[in-house]
Parts: sequence; structure tokens; C-alpha cells
Amino acid sequence: MQWETVIGLEIHAQLATKSKIFSGASTAYGAEPNTQACAVDLALPGTLPVLNEQAVRFAVKFGLAIGAHIAPYSVFARKNYFYPDLPKGYQTSQFDKPIVGLGEIDIEVAGEVKTIGITRAHLEEDAGKSLHEDYQGMTGVDLNRAGTPLLEIVSEPDMRSSAEAVAYVKKIHTLVQYLGICDGSMQEGSFRCDVNVSVRPMGQEEFGTRAEIKNLNSFRFIEKGIAHEVERQIDVIESGGKVAQETRLYDSNKDETRSMRSKEEANDYRYFPCPDLLPVEITAELLDEMRADLPELPEVKKQRFLEQYKLSEYDADVLTTQRAIADYYEDAVSFSDGETKLVANWVMGELSANLNQYSLDVAASPLGAERLGGLVKRIADQTISGKIAKQVFEFLWNSEVTADEVIEREGLKQMSDSGELGKIIDQLMADNPTQVEQFRGGKTKVLGFFVGSIMKKTQGKANPQEVNKLLQEKLKE
Amino acid sequence: MYNKSLKELSNSLQNKDISSVELSQYFLNRIKHFDGELNSVITSNEEAALVAAAEADKCIQSGNAGLLTGIPLLHKDIFCTQGLRTSCGSKMLDNFIAPYTATAVGKLEQAGAVMLGKTNMDEFAMGSSNETSFYGGVKNPWDLNTVPGGSSGGSAAAVAARLVPIASGTDTGGSIRQPAAFCGITGIKPTYGRVSRYGMIAFASSLDQAGTFAKSAEDAAIMLQAMSGFDEKDSTSVDKPVDDLLAHLGDSIKGLTVGLPKEFFTDDLDDSIRETIETAIDAIQSAGANIKEISLPNINLSVPAYYVVAPAECSANLSRFDGVRYGYRCDSPKDLEDLYKRSRGEGFGDEVKRRIMMGAYVLSAGYYDAYYKKAQQVRRLIKNDFVEAFKGVDIIASPTAPSVAFSAGEKKDDPVSMYLSDIFTIGVNLAGLPGMSVPCGFIDKKPVGLQLIGNYFEEAKLLNVAHQYQQLTDWHLAVPAGFEQEA
Repeated sequence: MQWETVIGLEIHAQLATKSKIFSGASTAYGAEPNTQACAVDLALPGTLPVLNEQAVRFAVKFGLAIGAHIAPYSVFARKNYFYPDLPKGYQTSQFDKPIVGLGEIDIEVAGEVKTIGITRAHLEEDAGKSLHEDYQGMTGVDLNRAGTPLLEIVSEPDMRSSAEAVAYVKKIHTLVQYLGICDGSMQEGSFRCDVNVSVRPMGQEEFGTRAEIKNLNSFRFIEKGIAHEVERQIDVIESGGKVAQETRLYDSNKDETRSMRSKEEANDYRYFPCPDLLPVEITAELLDEMRADLPELPEVKKQRFLEQYKLSEYDADVLTTQRAIADYYEDAVSFSDGETKLVANWVMGELSANLNQYSLDVAASPLGAERLGGLVKRIADQTISGKIAKQVFEFLWNSEVTADEVIEREGLKQMSDSGELGKIIDQLMADNPTQVEQFRGGKTKVLGFFVGSIMKKTQGKANPQEVNKLLQEKLKE
Repeated sequence: MYNKSLKELSNSLQNKDISSVELSQYFLNRIKHFDGELNSVITSNEEAALVAAAEADKCIQSGNAGLLTGIPLLHKDIFCTQGLRTSCGSKMLDNFIAPYTATAVGKLEQAGAVMLGKTNMDEFAMGSSNETSFYGGVKNPWDLNTVPGGSSGGSAAAVAARLVPIASGTDTGGSIRQPAAFCGITGIKPTYGRVSRYGMIAFASSLDQAGTFAKSAEDAAIMLQAMSGFDEKDSTSVDKPVDDLLAHLGDSIKGLTVGLPKEFFTDDLDDSIRETIETAIDAIQSAGANIKEISLPNINLSVPAYYVVAPAECSANLSRFDGVRYGYRCDSPKDLEDLYKRSRGEGFGDEVKRRIMMGAYVLSAGYYDAYYKKAQQVRRLIKNDFVEAFKGVDIIASPTAPSVAFSAGEKKDDPVSMYLSDIFTIGVNLAGLPGMSVPCGFIDKKPVGLQLIGNYFEEAKLLNVAHQYQQLTDWHLAVPAGFEQEA
């Protein structure tokens, strides 16, 4: 039997506000447990939530970017359940009146463009964290994260393969960072997703029973988790069983999913409108203001890069995946006197390799766009060769110097003087008459020997074009 | 001294006839002397109060005193008070000391009032007789065998017994007006959103509203003035200037129209209550007001609607009391579920549990539409009825409660009959209107309350009608037997 996979996703993007969604406590990551939980976050009696306007604006921004309907009137609801890391005993979320309605986004897989529907996106607060280790039979609770604003982005079940799912997640990941509404860090948990997976016989219209996979905190795990789950479901059905509607946890160590809880055990959350918060009203004026304020989105930026910088499709794609990289690229170009292709090569090559090696974001790069642009400028005007430029790059990466300073200090300036180079070539020809004969006899391959020897002699500083030109002239004499 | 108005007390303080320390000590002595029997005060703030009183005296010395500077008062134990236990009448919070002060309390503190302690109340404000308190019931000073009403029974009894000149309360379905009626004092619940709910432990968030108990409408106005106003910490508080409540107390009520809802004056109404209320209405009419019959067609649905909405909200509001972070925690829980079950099972009393269960039930899948949603629709109808009615009247008048104070234990095991004692007051909360109760006579030596309801944010007009009535009558000056003596 041929099976078709059906995938829908719920993405939780932590909104990059300074303070929490309903309190003034900081949202900064990594503080000592419970040092960023105020009376409201601790749900002390008598405390009340006050909505963070920035979180609302961020949600609206996202909605506008996916062309969604923004609800003029949305409502916070209480989702009731007991858990130690949920201080109020309910999560304040949005239920039947979310702030962002139906929208869509295009993904591209193997050259095919596909439109994925986004059902809704709503605002909610995050819970705290339960710490099960180090407490000898007890559980610790850290409420620093409690009340952190989240935007839950729910897709339609429009994806038909793990590749499509990953493309969709990457697309949203890029978008939220572009909009500046989420830092996108998957390690720190500020961008997480739950995947709903089901299978059905090819051609069948009705959906199969779905399982929800949680804890997929990297693109690779999303891909592997889905692949594994699809295989499991097909196995279950083909061996005569039925897929259970349940929540499953992906274990990256064992590369498997396992059951967390079944639907029968699922809570009745008893949602009802939160009486402590007024409905959120979005005026037409605010929408206009936010629309005008939208940054250039990835698709548009890519098109512009193609036209303005004459980049290849591939380069434009890579450089616009992260807004910070794109900004860096554009800065570097401006400092390089417009060397668009060369800068692209250096940003995607040497710079990216170094950032990866040290696990740094481009924002934290020790080498800024201005100095990289300065380096590229010197390659372009032939002050240094590409090879020497790699040495210079190392200096730039490791200290605050500029390319010009390094070239000057280290004497790395390219030798282009034909008189000086001519002397070296003359000497070399005199020392190697056999090779000269061979060349003149038609064995042009020996040219490499001469070039290599000159480079060695000049410690790589000789201008290769000039060397070639002079060699050709002198050998043919 | 104990029967003096706030203006008289304030004059005495500013003329240095008495200091705030002396005045505070005087009322602390009354509490010590009389409250052993009444049980209206559950936490004393004596030491800190005398310090605050000394501060108030300095303020008076420097000539910066207001009407409340140096005036002693009590707060219902539902308001969080930094450093002083806030129990909400529950075992659950018997050990709870808030690290912050409720906005309403803070405003009174700013105005110079001196908090002598915290008053007894029904557990989490759930009750109409003050019998559900973990700290035991409160006795009604007019008849120690009867209840003071609830849930703000402690504050009402304390003001009635003249243990303090004023006290705070909260009103979710009548919790200020009904005890004010039972105890023969004046109590006002302002428009929903007029006083901040920040730091006031929530029972039913969309209905809860803080207010005041006093001997007279004038005193209630002075206290309410200081408590009112927008608070950015409470999203449901209303950003609207507060009227000068005292400025209108002299206004004539000639030509004002008072509406009497026919649904409140049916044959079911107790005859003696009806006569007492009618006499009071006659007095208001004699001051020049027009009396008019009106109809609130859906008002008879207010008790059932309330007992869906309020428990639904409370079921979520009280989920935070889970034994995890503060409050009562059961001994050696064996696992998480055991911790939850026993902490909540042992920490909450029966009435609280009953309402949490009702609330969880009406919100659960399959019942939400039939109960919660329907109740919200009914609520809108009731509100619309009032809005319609206020197009033709300035004030609505009715009995505050269907009876005078009942005996302790009488309704304790009959929740429905207990719930019906709020039949005249609940609609006001559902609509979010301001309402008050003023003493208007006695039946069998037990006080009767006249309920006056105003339009949204018309507390000034409402208080003035009560004040004008109190110019013509002296029911509000009556002191219960045994409490007229000095401590």
C-alpha cells in the first residue's frame, strides 16, 4: 500500500520583549532560578495581570507578515490545569478569539513552491520549569520562564513530507527573526515546535489518526522525529493495529518517539474568558502604523539582492536567510567599494566558517562588516592576493586591526612591480635552463613550476597575474 | 467619642483635643474590651498602628492633615497588607504574609488612616453569614445569637459596635450591603472598576469590588473618596476621574426620580420588611423625590446566573492555592497528586470546596454552553434591564435583604436558602453598578437596610440620596445595646 503523510505544526515562538507578558519581570535567559519571578509570576494572591503592549504589537507584526486577518477584538482565556510549574493553576492563553486569524506562507522544496496555510496565531504565557535532577526525590521549580510571552503559530495540516515540514519551520524561523519578534534560539527554547503527524492510504480524503510529537528542538530532530513516527504508524497499521491519538515525546538519544499521554488521559482545560484582562482591541490606526513599520521580508530582500547585487540565486538565498547576515553583508559591501560577489564569497566562506567554529551569531562576530569590507577592497584592487587575504583575515578575526594596518605591518603587499619581478624571473630562468628548454619545446605545463617557484621566493606576495604575464613574455623571447 | 463622625474626629485631631495615638488607643481598647465576644477582628496591628498614629500626629502638627489623617480603621482580611498576615478567613492562608499592600489599603494609608487590624470574614468571601470563616463566626452586636451577614461580617460588626469609625469591605454579590443591613450601618459598593482590585484576594474577578462601611453616608463618602481611582496594576479599573463625593452631599434631591422595581416588591416580600422600606421611601419622597414603579424583567434570574458565573471564576482563581509556593501544605505528601489533594482538601472549608466544584462543573466540556455561556447571556440581559431602567430614574430603591439578621446556624446546612439571602443585591454586581445599604428601621430590635442603587459612576448622587435620608432620620446613629458604654 502507498501511504501519504500528513503533517501540521504548532510553533511556539518566544516573543523578544524585555519584560513578561503580564508582569514587569525580566525575560532574560539564564538567570539564577526564581530571580526573575515577581509577585505576579509567583501567582501570589491578589496580584493581577497587566498586558504587555509590545507582545501585542509583535503578534500583529507577525500576522501582517503572513497576510493574515488581525482580529480587531481578541480575548484572553484561562486554560485550567494543575502543575507545579504553572503557578496560577491556569495558563492565560487565547482560545476561541485569537489575535491572528487565517494566513499563509510559501515554502520551496526541490524547486517546487507550495503554499502552507496558517490557521491562527495566538498570544499566551509560558510556564516555568520543573527541575527533576539534584533534588533527591523532590522536584525543584524555576519560575523565571513563567509568564514569558509566546506566540503559538498553528499551521493547517498542509505538509506531506518531513522535508516540507522542515522547510516550513525554517521559513517561520527566518520570518520571526526578520520581524525582530523572536531571537529564534532553539537551544534556549525560544523557538520550539510540536508536530502533528498522521498517515493515510494514498488517495484517501479523510485524515488518519494523528499523534503529536513534542520536544523537537532542532531542524534535524524534526526531520528524524517525523520520519520515525511515520514509519511507526505505518508499521502499526500494516500489522493490523490502530494508531492511538496521543502525545509522544521524541528522544534524540535513542532516535525514537514514545508515548507521553493518551487522549483519554487528556485534561478538560475548562477554558473561559479571563475576567482580569480586558479584550484586546486593535484599531485601524495601529494596523496602519504597524504595516508602515514592517521590515523588508526575506522574499523581497532576496529579490532585491538578486537585482541590486547581481548575486546568484544560491548566494541571495543564503545571505537573506538571517536578517543579521543580510545586514552584515550589505554593510560590508558598502565598505568594499561595491564588491558584491567577492563580499558574498567571504561572508559565506571564511566568515561563516569561523562563526560556526566558535558557535557565534553574526551579531557577536569579532570581525565587523566594516573591517571585512576593507579587506575585500584590498583584494579587489590587487593590493593583496586571495591567498594572502586569508592570512590577513586571521589577524582581523583575532584582533581589532584593519586590513590596511595588517598588510602594512606584516609587509603583505602584493609584488606587482614588473622590474622587480622580472629580475626574479631572469634569475630563475638562468638557474633552470632545462625547464626553459622544455617550455620552449612545447611543454607549457612547466609554467606551473616557474609560478610556484616565484611564489615560494616571494612568500606568496607576487601578483599572480603579473607573474603569468611576465613569464609568458620572457619564456617566449 | 465612638459615635462621632469622621469630620468631628478630624476636627478634634486638628484642634489637638486628642492625638491620633490617643484616638487609636481608645479604639484599640474598645476592640480589646468588646471583641472577645464578637470575634470581628482576627489580626491586631496594635504595635504598627501606634507607630502610624504617631506619624499621623506629626503630619497634623505640620498642618498637612486631611480628613482621614490619624483616623483609625480596620481592613477586611481579604486585602493584602505588607508584613501583616492576610488569611482571607482561610486555613489555606493562615500563615500567609504578603510582600505587598493592596492598592486600596495603600491609598488609605497615604491619606493618613491608621490600620488597627484585620477583620473576620467568610472564607475567601464565600458566604452570607460569616459562618464559613476558619477563625469562627462573628456575632451581630444587635443580637449576639444572630449572624452579622457576610462575607464582610467582621467589618460590619466592628463598625456597628463602634470598635472603629470606618472599615473596608468587599462586595461580590452583596457582601458589603447585606452585612451593613444586618448590622444597622451604612455600606457602599461603588461601580465595578472604581476601586482597584490589586492586592485584594480574588473570589470572582468580574464581580468583586471593594467598598466601605461607616456609620453614615458622609463618612462612607470620605473613605470611598480616598480608596477610589484608576490603578495601572488592575486592567479592569477604570481610567476616569473620581467625582468629588463630598461636594454633592448638600445637593437637594428635589425632582430626583427613585425607581422601585416591582419584581422586588412582590407578595413574597416579608410584610414587616415591606412596611419598613415603604416608610423609608416616604421619607425620601418627602424630601422632594419622585417615586416611580419600574421593572427589571430578568432580575429573578440573577441568583442562578450569579451561582454559575461566580463559582466558575472562583474555581480558577483558587487554583493557585496548591501547597506548592505558599500557604497551607499537607504533611509529608507522598507524591504530587497527594500534595494537591490533601493540601486543598485540608486547607479549604466546605463552602469553598462546594463553589470550586460547582465552578469546575459549569465550565467542563459539554456543560459550558448550557451553564457558563447561558449565565453570561442572562447577565447581559440583567445589565440591559438596569441600563433601560436608569433612562427613567436617578436611583433605584429596594430592601437590601429579604429578612433581618437570622440566627447563627439557621442556614448553615441549607446553601440554597443562604444564597437566596442575597436575592436583592446580586443583580447589582452582575450589572457592575454602585449600590449601598442604609439603616432604615428595626424589626424585633434587629436593623433593616434600605438598598439604594445608582447609575454607573454616579456614586456622588447615590451617596447624596443616602445622606439626605440620614438628615431626616437617625437610624444610623443607633448604637447596639451594651456597646454604648465606654471601654
